[in-house]
Amino acid sequence: MTVAALLAGMFLATYLTRASFLVFGHRLRFPPALKAALHHVPVAVLTAIIVPEALAPGGQVDVSVSNPWLVGTLVAAVVARLSGHLLLSLGVSFAVFGLMRWW
Amino acid sequence: MTTVRHAVFAGARDALPLMIGTLPFGVIYGTTAVAAGLSPLAALAMSVIVFAGSAQFIAVSLISGGAALPVIWLTTFVVNLRHALYSATVHPAAHGWALRWRALVAFWLTDEVFAVIEKRLMERGNEALLPYALGAGGGFYLNWLTWTAIGAWLGQQFPDLAGWGLDFAMIATFAAMIAPQLRAPTPVVVALAAGTTAWLARGLPFKLGLILAAFAGVAAGVWMDHKRKTRAAAA
Repeated sequence: MTVAALLAGMFLATYLTRASFLVFGHRLRFPPALKAALHHVPVAVLTAIIVPEALAPGGQVDVSVSNPWLVGTLVAAVVARLSGHLLLSLGVSFAVFGLMRWW
Repeated sequence: MTTVRHAVFAGARDALPLMIGTLPFGVIYGTTAVAAGLSPLAALAMSVIVFAGSAQFIAVSLISGGAALPVIWLTTFVVNLRHALYSATVHPAAHGWALRWRALVAFWLTDEVFAVIEKRLMERGNEALLPYALGAGGGFYLNWLTWTAIGAWLGQQFPDLAGWGLDFAMIATFAAMIAPQLRAPTPVVVALAAGTTAWLARGLPFKLGLILAAFAGVAAGVWMDHKRKTRAAAA
């Protein structure tokens, strides 16, 4: 994989969305159905990344309480959900992950 | 002239709290990008050229998982599609701006920069909005590049960081970002659909399972919206 191709494609994929209306202007209309669907993208994509990594870190399936990735991810989610504080939840989950891995 | 300069500074100043908020993410991005096998220069180049925090994070996790280029590009596009909405929101106020300025503001239109510009738009209309947007966007850009460079440098100084569980830092960050949204039933169903699909499809090559799972999650969300609408119409 060449870095140049990676970056060029990612630049296009990003810039086209941001330039759409500002640069190409009046000829575009944003379909309301697409707008409603977009609302669900962050939760869908991030969950899709998290689940396989937490349940099978490094490709090895490990659905148990001794899996630091699984327990740490759950801790991050629970603390964030209860406190609403992102950095606090990262700090606590990093600590739990570190303890489970190296103690 | 002074109003222009004032507006540039005001934009940068109003973006400052969000700049500080992105410090850990910029550093973690830079470090994990190098740990995932990108050179420090390539990690920094991605911030310079792409300038999209969440998409850069996701790209790094895809690279370390051995994803194919088209999967990375498509995921970037899907994740950034919401920026078209920002572009449409700013567009009416940008009528009198020269093309080069519209093109530049578009390049800087991340979630954070848009949030700052939109607030100003609500409070002051498009009074000196262009210099304000340039101040906010330019300030935020330099800020992101700085934290990325520091992270990439850290990643190079401590090559063992990858083994320290930086992959965990990434998924913990994602989990902490979505968890607060899981109060209403719809996001929970979206997460269940996407998570289950991602698990079942994890064996597919090139991380194609991620694309499948993203579409399954969005489809579930659209279905939930539709159900709520028909129920509201029946009531």
